[in-house]
Amino acid sequence: MEQIEKTFETRELTINIGPQHPATHGVLRLVLTLDGETVIKCTPHVGYLHRGIEKLGENRTYFSALPLTDRLDYISSMNNNVGYVNAVEKLFGIEVPERAKFIRTMAAEMGRISSHIIWLGTHVLDIGATTPFLYAFRERERILDLFEALCGARLTVSYPRVGGVRNDISQEFLDELYAFVLEFPDRMDDYETLVTENRIWKKRTVGIGVISAEEAVNWGLTGGMLRGSGVNYDVRKHTPYDAYDRVEFDIPLGKNGDCYDRYLVRMGELRQANRIIKQCIEKLPLGPVMADAPKFTLPPKDMVLKDMEHLIHQFILITKGPVVPEGEIYSATEVPKGELGFYLVSDGSGKPYRMRVRAPSFVHASVLPKLCEGGLVADVIANIGSIDIVLGECDR
Amino acid sequence: MEPLQIADKIKEKFPDEVLNVKEFRGQASVILKKDRILEICRHLHDDPDLYFDYLVDVCGVDYAGKKEKRFEVVYHLYSIKHRHSVRLKAEVSESAPEIDSVTAVWDGANWHERECYDMFGIIFSGHPDFRRILMPEDWEGHPLRKDYPVKGTEKEWPGFKAVLNRAKRFKEFEWQE
Repeated sequence: MEQIEKTFETRELTINIGPQHPATHGVLRLVLTLDGETVIKCTPHVGYLHRGIEKLGENRTYFSALPLTDRLDYISSMNNNVGYVNAVEKLFGIEVPERAKFIRTMAAEMGRISSHIIWLGTHVLDIGATTPFLYAFRERERILDLFEALCGARLTVSYPRVGGVRNDISQEFLDELYAFVLEFPDRMDDYETLVTENRIWKKRTVGIGVISAEEAVNWGLTGGMLRGSGVNYDVRKHTPYDAYDRVEFDIPLGKNGDCYDRYLVRMGELRQANRIIKQCIEKLPLGPVMADAPKFTLPPKDMVLKDMEHLIHQFILITKGPVVPEGEIYSATEVPKGELGFYLVSDGSGKPYRMRVRAPSFVHASVLPKLCEGGLVADVIANIGSIDIVLGECDR
Repeated sequence: MEPLQIADKIKEKFPDEVLNVKEFRGQASVILKKDRILEICRHLHDDPDLYFDYLVDVCGVDYAGKKEKRFEVVYHLYSIKHRHSVRLKAEVSESAPEIDSVTAVWDGANWHERECYDMFGIIFSGHPDFRRILMPEDWEGHPLRKDYPVKGTEKEWPGFKAVLNRAKRFKEFEWQE
């Protein structure tokens, strides 16, 4: 053996993956030190998509900072909007009407399906299965069409508003969504047939990127990453917001904390999201979709165009912003990636003094060395797919 | 446990460290001196009644001209077992922007503290891998400070020219010789 090592001189190799690489899901850059095929050291570099959203948020009123949150996790912008407006409402201390709460819950779960389905497609594509990718985009397309019917935008929706939602939903939209909800479980069965028991898939994911429950909590992981290790923590259950305390759903849990368990957890979440949407449609109450809090919410647009008082009101709120009590709040919501938190500090003016975004992708990217070191190069790709990050949210 | 009860418990254990306790919308903030932050965090993490096993977030806030000490480092803690949370705020002055790192207690603090340094220039001593994270490594200034202009500084980042030059070189490269 020694003779062989002497003849063939071996040394460590440093390679660079990204920032422009199809498997890094955005502009993530990894510097890997390899010994043969084994990864000895993995250093992620982030920040290529840093746009200073926190800084920009400090220079806008609470209302006009909303579209910025679309650009965090652009795959599920609806969930970011819901997270942001929930934080602002908590700061303002206003209560949202029931109907708006249900609509938001429904829209957020639609966002969860669209995000998880794109994760499923790209993750299995990275590992080598092309078919589910094409099918997944069919479902995502339907969700995006529904978003378009809901608010006119497909990707950067900005549909929820501080105090409710922008517009009420139509019966046609509900019918179409209900048809989708009834059909979706069959589609899920299709995916599971293609992937779940697939031998190649299991070889590539079982026992890869293992993180134990204690470590996962210690690293601050949330969402599917944490539940894949078997920790039962979901913001929707622990501190319910919107209508999550009025719908029934289960939290899928993994056991081993490897890529395969995280896959199973997210597949379970897709089915649960579908279940939540179904219940929301069935239980949807009647009533207004905007809170009755004229000091904190924008007046309805038709009134602004007709009535002087409302016009002045709109003008003041847009230019100066509302008068907000001094204080600070932290509000968390469960987005598809994990726990998205907003920490807002108000100094009494119409603009947030500090808008901090606690982005789940940022935390999940930080755990990548822990998952990759000691594994093979090919498993790095499986791990990147499995942590499900969006760099827009990671870099902010 | 209720937020204020947690604050009282911290006060009981570290009476000299707690400067103030504030409550707003059902959330408690405990304002601390920065010197023994690591010890306090370790106590909060290990104590079975409190058991803050999950560090939600670490971030900085710049109170330039508003408070005596310019910066605050804000820690959000949550206990998954007991389902309670608390916010710690450590005051850091502009003249000595330095505080102990809590990475020894929670691994998750690693990147949050790096970001806090990147954005505010607060130095975390005892951090295992301390460098900028979102901005380029040779960037000057800390963007989230209140005196940093929103549109960026007048001076151009030197790395920008290097990137442009490199792009130009690649354009001139002849692929078919």
